[in-house]
Amino acid sequence: MTQGSENTPQVATVDSSPSVGGALPASALSLQKPFYRIAPPQGFLDLNLREVWNYKGLLYFLVWRDIKIRYKQTAIGAAWAIIQPFMTMVIFSLFFGKFARMPSEGLPYPIFFYTALLPWTYFSGALQNATNTIVENQRVVTKVFFPRVILPLSAVLSGLLDLGISFLMFIVLMFYYRIHFAWTILLLPGFLLLAVVTALGVGLWLSALNAIYRDVRYVMPFLVQLWMFASPVAYPSSLVPERWRWLFGLNPMTGVIEGFRWALTGHGKPHGGLLLASVGIVAVIFCAGLVYFQRMETTIADVV
Amino acid sequence: MSSIVIRAEGLGKQYRVGERERYLTLRDVLMKVVGSPLNFFRPAQTELMWALSDVSLQVEHGEVIGIIGRNGSGKTTLLKILSRITRPTTGSAEVSGSVRTLLEVGTGFHPELTGRENMYLSGAILGMSKREIERKFDIIVAFSGVERFIDTPLKHYSTGMQMRLAFAVAAHLEPDILLVDEVLAVGDLEFQKKCLGKMEEVSGSGRTILFVSHQMNQIRRLCKRVLWLEGGEIYRSGPTAAILGEYEGALSSGQRNQGQRSTGTRTKARFVRWQIDGTESDSSNFLTTMGAVTIRFQVEVLAPIRNGHHGIALYNGERQLMWGWAKENVQLGPSMHEFCYTFPTLPLRPGPYSWQVSLWEDGEVLDMWDCAPDMIIATEGHQHPQDEWNGILNVPCQFEVCGGN
Repeated sequence: MTQGSENTPQVATVDSSPSVGGALPASALSLQKPFYRIAPPQGFLDLNLREVWNYKGLLYFLVWRDIKIRYKQTAIGAAWAIIQPFMTMVIFSLFFGKFARMPSEGLPYPIFFYTALLPWTYFSGALQNATNTIVENQRVVTKVFFPRVILPLSAVLSGLLDLGISFLMFIVLMFYYRIHFAWTILLLPGFLLLAVVTALGVGLWLSALNAIYRDVRYVMPFLVQLWMFASPVAYPSSLVPERWRWLFGLNPMTGVIEGFRWALTGHGKPHGGLLLASVGIVAVIFCAGLVYFQRMETTIADVV
Repeated sequence: MSSIVIRAEGLGKQYRVGERERYLTLRDVLMKVVGSPLNFFRPAQTELMWALSDVSLQVEHGEVIGIIGRNGSGKTTLLKILSRITRPTTGSAEVSGSVRTLLEVGTGFHPELTGRENMYLSGAILGMSKREIERKFDIIVAFSGVERFIDTPLKHYSTGMQMRLAFAVAAHLEPDILLVDEVLAVGDLEFQKKCLGKMEEVSGSGRTILFVSHQMNQIRRLCKRVLWLEGGEIYRSGPTAAILGEYEGALSSGQRNQGQRSTGTRTKARFVRWQIDGTESDSSNFLTTMGAVTIRFQVEVLAPIRNGHHGIALYNGERQLMWGWAKENVQLGPSMHEFCYTFPTLPLRPGPYSWQVSLWEDGEVLDMWDCAPDMIIATEGHQHPQDEWNGILNVPCQFEVCGGN
């Protein structure tokens, strides 16, 4: 229960702490029993992380469902997770690498591009899934209670499998170009986490907005496309003039992509300030998204 | 003090009218801004309605409470608030114990997944742990009766099979408190009976259940106490038989063409009141037995009647005549009299009925009275589980399969 709630009769909480009984007679509550209080939404932030933890089983099944149904009734199934990025890589390498002769940090362009494509494909997919997740699960949302944040969370997590599969393709590419993994690969989990949190942070905003304004769904393709060109996917960030670099870093995907590229190949160490800016902006987006989502959560079942 | 597991005080829920139906689009908002730029920044002038207002209730551990009321009276909203799907606008509630909600069956089913996979998914969405589902897997499958198709994608199931599987999962929830919306109306008769039996079993095992239904016989079977919602407020609450009787009376009174309550000159004689023998005064119109019953109609005679003629009729809630009878050559002196009727049984399905008694002399109506209050038959129903198959009579019977070699 939120601290101090015993003094204010109408706490803006639906909480599940077992002991703070308030008005209930002691006999009514066995201490192991879950207990919650229902009251009108109020207050700025009352995240209930313990509740989210209690529903980890549901999170597991939602991720499992997403993965299960993703390639149902396809002939080649999860191979799509390899073919899609591979074809994209071929096309981009042809146009940007061969024809436009884009600089690539001293790496073969396919490797240069694929290192960015890995996090980018994951991010754009996760973001789009997260955005639609509340609307797609409308029936469940209006019929069953669970912490709603589980929906965008599961959407973001289930994309990791595809990322893993396309990573196998990357290993093949590395062999093909005879490039060795550097020690920096140890940093990969950190950058992966940054990618997940970025997708979740933005996804929290967009999924809640999409529940109210269905327009979001139509804005998404443009947003994703625009975002891709604003990120160093097909070009290195060294192409951006030095004095605008910080602004570039405000796009959190810059940090993620540069970080991936560096972690996977040891080439193109990202600028420290740029990384810091990315991490900072992600933290802000994520926390604000959490607050916004939690505020929307109280009415989502009424408006979705 | 007995243990109270749900305590709600002054629960209210306000909706914007049409909020649930309409999708807001940015265009709508922009149009609003362009159309009247100033208004946009003022508080919205949309019409508000209270789907639920000032509902207070206490539910004790192990109680099975029926919630009745017309469509839109706030039944589902109440369940949604108690289960935390939506928050109340006013009021507060405290709930202790694990709560599972069943607002529809098959929540979270996915057509591409197999029956087995859907069982796990639906179970998880309804709040079961993976281990719990694994443990009950065989029972649930057996209950559903779709064993053969358990590894077939759900999209190849018939609607009935989907419902069976869905309910089978839901029926094996084991929360402290179960909130059930109108979900027992699914499936074929056989399965409905199974579900109802399961619900009885669950309610017998000391769980607390709040149960919304339009099927009065289900409420009668399962619930001891009933909450009647009307326009978002608790209109009545109390013992099942009494509340249901009144509720059914109210439902049918809208259709009844009552006319005059009483006709005739009422100068020589008039009916004063009626009652069922052996009842308390505040429930003298409640018939609770299938056995013999005596009903008394009191008539005040002001002048001697030599060639009287007495008629009686019993109507049901839809003003269909159930029974009629008459007696000629009735002689009455000026005094208070009672017409006593004894029936070995009144085998009528539970619900509201009205007596009509009359007294004539020489073709002239002395008094004809549509007896008030209505007679409420609140006996146990021996009826088909689906209301549309309920007949007029309420006949207890024994069934067995005889013969056959």
